[in-house]
Amino acid sequence: MTNVHLEQLKRSLVIMKKDVLIYYLKGPVIIFGILIPLFLFLAFLSGSKNLPIDFLVAGLIGMTMLFTATSVSPVITPWESQMNTLERLMSCPISISTLILGDMLASVIFGTLISLVPVLIGFILGVSIFHPIILVLGIILASLCFSALGLLLATPPTNVPSNVMMVSSLVKFPLVFISGIFIPLENMPFWGKVIASFSPLTYFMDITRYSLQNSSYYHIILDFGVMIIFTIILYSLAVFLHKRTLQMRI
Amino acid sequence: MTFAVEVRNLVKSYNGITAVNGVNFKVKEGEIFGFLGPNGAGKTTTVRILTGIIKPDSGEIRVLGYDIEKEPIKAKEHLGVVPETSNTYVDLSARQNILLMAGLYGVSKKDAGERADELLRKFNLYKRRDDKVKGFSKGMKQRLILAMALIHDPQLLFLDEPTSGLDVQSSYLIREMLLKLLDEGKTIFLTTHNLEEANKLCGRVAIISHGKIAAIDTPDNLKKMIKKLNLVELTFEKPVPLEELYKLDEIHNVEIKGDKFYLNTDDVNNLMLALTEYVSLKNNKIISFNTLEPTLEEVFLDVTKEVSSDD
Ligand SMILES: Nc1ncnc2c1ncn2[C@@H]1O[C@H](COP(=O)(O)OP(=O)(O)OP(=O)(O)O)[C@@H](O)[C@H]1O
Ligand SMILES: [Mg+2]
Repeated sequence: MTNVHLEQLKRSLVIMKKDVLIYYLKGPVIIFGILIPLFLFLAFLSGSKNLPIDFLVAGLIGMTMLFTATSVSPVITPWESQMNTLERLMSCPISISTLILGDMLASVIFGTLISLVPVLIGFILGVSIFHPIILVLGIILASLCFSALGLLLATPPTNVPSNVMMVSSLVKFPLVFISGIFIPLENMPFWGKVIASFSPLTYFMDITRYSLQNSSYYHIILDFGVMIIFTIILYSLAVFLHKRTLQMRI
Repeated sequence: MTFAVEVRNLVKSYNGITAVNGVNFKVKEGEIFGFLGPNGAGKTTTVRILTGIIKPDSGEIRVLGYDIEKEPIKAKEHLGVVPETSNTYVDLSARQNILLMAGLYGVSKKDAGERADELLRKFNLYKRRDDKVKGFSKGMKQRLILAMALIHDPQLLFLDEPTSGLDVQSSYLIREMLLKLLDEGKTIFLTTHNLEEANKLCGRVAIISHGKIAAIDTPDNLKKMIKKLNLVELTFEKPVPLEELYKLDEIHNVEIKGDKFYLNTDDVNNLMLALTEYVSLKNNKIISFNTLEPTLEEVFLDVTKEVSSDD
């Protein structure tokens, strides 16, 4: 890595710190972040009494991850555009990929920390964790992946945060249903498996099941590999599209 | 002569509306360059292009020797930008805002802290340094924005209407700061609607109208440009009938406002001689005699009018 890249990476961390201070370290954001998995769990629990608890907790971790990593990240850009601070950032010597990486890293911290809440719930309920390191690595990788998805959702050049929220809900909710959270992959029909294979959440679910239930549908290496590829594709696409649309927000 | 900014054939349009239409100019190193024009003339658009915030449709732009489209980051490292719209992070404190900029411009932690405090003092914000910007007045925010733009000691500063809507003290403070920066050898690109400010501060001024440069020169030369006839203001001790003044060859036109006479002439010297002869003949006296210069405002109205009547 050259000096220039190292310097840009440092500036990504500055952007990350700014995002954490301004957008994440807010009472409502944190409380909402923690309440979402709790409510999801209760809904989950009352809806499916005959499923094993470790299966439920694994699904809960997956959903929490998806919802927290994509909660704030898509609205930061429209917000900053509305407040005119985007113009300031764009006048600074940082590239668009640096800016997006910074936003992504802030979302990664949030996603990772909040996803530990359902892990804790599982712990309290006596779920055993067979592979803690795999679980932690999976959580970090998944928060990178879903944060990148969140930033991709931020690319339509609308400055109205509620529009972005709507679009992102349209993407997020279907993902919940196709990714093997409610029905394990092995019980799905072939077409269900085919659809599920296009969702990054499927592979994260497989990693959590491996960690909590000691069994996975795909090989764990494959799960990690596919998620890394998803992350790279989503991030690159987000950068590519932001390069086109950031201009229109000024 | 080296130039801090070189702009050739700059064009930018928004959905069919041409905001900047073939602009050419150069800003010399170490000058304050004024950029004037009516609302919607294309000033902010030009500044945004020069600072690499938006891309032009066509044209060639060099900022501090860098092609702003090809090497935006290298150019931006040395630019300070005060945008038109106030844009601090209102949830951060004054000091945090400055340090954020320090981080984004790669100023080392140690230097950043020291410089931030120094700037906060210079701009009378030190006492409020840890307060959230949310509660700041417009003048305080604007001073903070200038401090943020200076954290990395930029060579070239772009300011888009930095004193608009500010009280006398804040504008004065900002103008004094700009003159100090000029002394330090910095180059300043200043957009303003305040012609008196441009007249006082700027070495050269460009007037843009409808996306085109209408005039570009020193304030004094611009004034001379429309000084086709000299204007003299004078008062007499005793009343003077108009028709008697019209008899003097040197006078082209006379206007009276209150007790003052305004005379247009080609030749101030001969007019003076003719007038002294006239008053001694009539037993009258000249009480005051002033030659008037056109103001920058008159130049502005004149050149922006000419361009707009073209289309
Ligand atoms: N983002 C934009 N989208 C569409 N049109 C724009 C945009 N920005 C500027 N324009 C148009 O471009 C023209 C020039 O605008 P610009 O803001 O550069 O003017 P200005 O000289 O800075 O005016 P002012 O003195 O009011 O600040 C105007 O007609 C304006 O409506
Ligand atoms: Mg403007």
